[in-house]
Amino acid sequence: MKIKVAIIGSGNIGTDLMIKIIRLSSSLEMSVLVGINTNSDGLARAARLGIETCATGIDGLVKMPIWKEIKIIFDATSAKAHAYNWEIIKQFPNKKMIDLTPAAIGPYLVPPVNFLENLDVPNLNMVTCGGQATIPIVAAVHQVAKVHYGEIVASIASKSAGPGTRANIDEFTETTSAAIEQVGGADRGKAIIILNPAEPPLVMRDTVFTLSEPADKERIRQSIHDMVKAVQSYVPGYQLHQEVQFEDIPESAPVFIEGLGHRHGLKTTVLLQVRGAGHYLPEYAGNLDIMTSAARATAERIVAEGLCNPN
Amino acid sequence: MKEIKIVDVTLRDGMHAIRHQYANEKIKEIAIALDKAGVDAIEVSHGDGLAGGSFNYGFGAHTDWDWIAGIKDELKHAKLTTLVIPGIATIDDLKKAHELGVESVRIATHCTEADIAPQHIAAAKELGMDVGGFLMMAHMNPPKELAQQALLMEAAGADCVYVTDSAGALLMDGVVDRIKAFKDVLKPETEIGIHCHHNLSLGVANTIVAMQHGANRLDASLTGMGAGAGNAPLEVLVAVLNKMEVKHNADVYQLMDAAEDLVRPLQERPVRVDRETLSLGYAGVYSSFLLHAERAAKKYGLDTRAILEELGKRNMVGGQEDMIVDVALDMAGANK
Repeated sequence: MKIKVAIIGSGNIGTDLMIKIIRLSSSLEMSVLVGINTNSDGLARAARLGIETCATGIDGLVKMPIWKEIKIIFDATSAKAHAYNWEIIKQFPNKKMIDLTPAAIGPYLVPPVNFLENLDVPNLNMVTCGGQATIPIVAAVHQVAKVHYGEIVASIASKSAGPGTRANIDEFTETTSAAIEQVGGADRGKAIIILNPAEPPLVMRDTVFTLSEPADKERIRQSIHDMVKAVQSYVPGYQLHQEVQFEDIPESAPVFIEGLGHRHGLKTTVLLQVRGAGHYLPEYAGNLDIMTSAARATAERIVAEGLCNPN
Repeated sequence: MKEIKIVDVTLRDGMHAIRHQYANEKIKEIAIALDKAGVDAIEVSHGDGLAGGSFNYGFGAHTDWDWIAGIKDELKHAKLTTLVIPGIATIDDLKKAHELGVESVRIATHCTEADIAPQHIAAAKELGMDVGGFLMMAHMNPPKELAQQALLMEAAGADCVYVTDSAGALLMDGVVDRIKAFKDVLKPETEIGIHCHHNLSLGVANTIVAMQHGANRLDASLTGMGAGAGNAPLEVLVAVLNKMEVKHNADVYQLMDAAEDLVRPLQERPVRVDRETLSLGYAGVYSSFLLHAERAAKKYGLDTRAILEELGKRNMVGGQEDMIVDVALDMAGANK
């Protein structure tokens, strides 16, 4: 029997996630798409697909007859709205929240890195799109050599950044930086996001730089390639755009990193591309795909691990 | 006409020319000289704004906080200013700069993405700061559309909005049309700023025509110390303003001396129009890419101009320095 899920947020992310669950999931059943605007494209799309909708936010959702059957709720609103949504949902036991906003109320989850550490908590946070694309790589380096510093640059097409993302750009940088440290294993994390308005829109690019202890470059390269395969298992459009680049930073010419001071070691550069599956927005929107795919993979794992009571 | 304000960017844009390696003492020495010479504002930060220090843009010799600390107390006339690029720096960084005495800030976005700046603009206003909106790569957005972006920044509280020609790609008509479009839509009390790069040798000329059409905040730097072929050279701009009998607060001779005695000796790579920097303006590429592209060309055995042109073709915008190595690797692979 499939587990019923609801999605709060009928913008780009919520709508893309809905389509993925309908088309791809064998263990999740898409029950309700929740929005706050009856005219939103997402709610119209849901109605056309025969999915129940609710245009009065979380307050409306909990009054729906189907609410008691819903086991997993995805929040694709904003960090601020999530705080409100969670205050309500946490009063209902046996419901799991998967948070796709940068609110970071629950622990960070990046599927190939820390799937099992935190799976059995009521509220899981999916970091950010840039975090989902890059933290696996930081962790892959960290598995071979201690990472002093991890820096990521996420470049996304302007068309794929909705108003929520735009109004809260600091939350992206702050949440991603924190997760580079907490999940990726770096002593210090830094995140940068760039919006590029080119037409036709450019496919999402992510670049990861790490400064680690000196180590066997071939082992780091292999670890990164293995990690890319692991991410590809749930995001097929995730790939290395170039071979992994290395540069030795000698003790005689260290770099000065705020918070760490002068550091030397091995610089590793990983240039990634994330092509979306084209479910809601076209394939340039890899940032949607990696976020919604990670959330879907997480929910399916929760079900597979028997952490969701079907009754 | 509004009072002309000269904003020096030697200690921010100039960072690009020397890989963000100003020594603390140099920053202080130059800031004091600029203040004495009567410039109205002095911008200090990493070339890519607060928190710009990174593998992507280059780590600074010091943190922004070390560069900024203590400068405010040395200034008698000039306002201490800094730069925030949302996506790189956060409101927390802005607050920290404010605590160190920064009174004015430019909030910068790509010329089509002003709607990522309102939170930062509002936060700066709440701190009581003077705020300029900085629409970078302004040549990539036509005048009317650019003016709509300026309106977003004005609505968020900006006291001034800039036409920022980051690529040094605008011709004089292009500058005039954009300033006129700003005047058409912005409130009369909102100031208009102009920030040029000298890649097509139009740094001063573009600044002057902008002023003649209503811009009153004029960016410039000693010797032009800035990304690419540099900015409008400050001492030259002031000499021209004197010849035009435009009222301002700066002293041309003191600026000439500061340019030659303090700034030019710091340049590792001359800041000038040459094959590479001209290529930036000609291809419409972000001036800060220059040294990164030169490094990549050397490492991968390529031509800098070819890399810059390819970056232009791929529509790369400010901040995408990581794509320089990506382009170089593509080109090196194709050459094999």
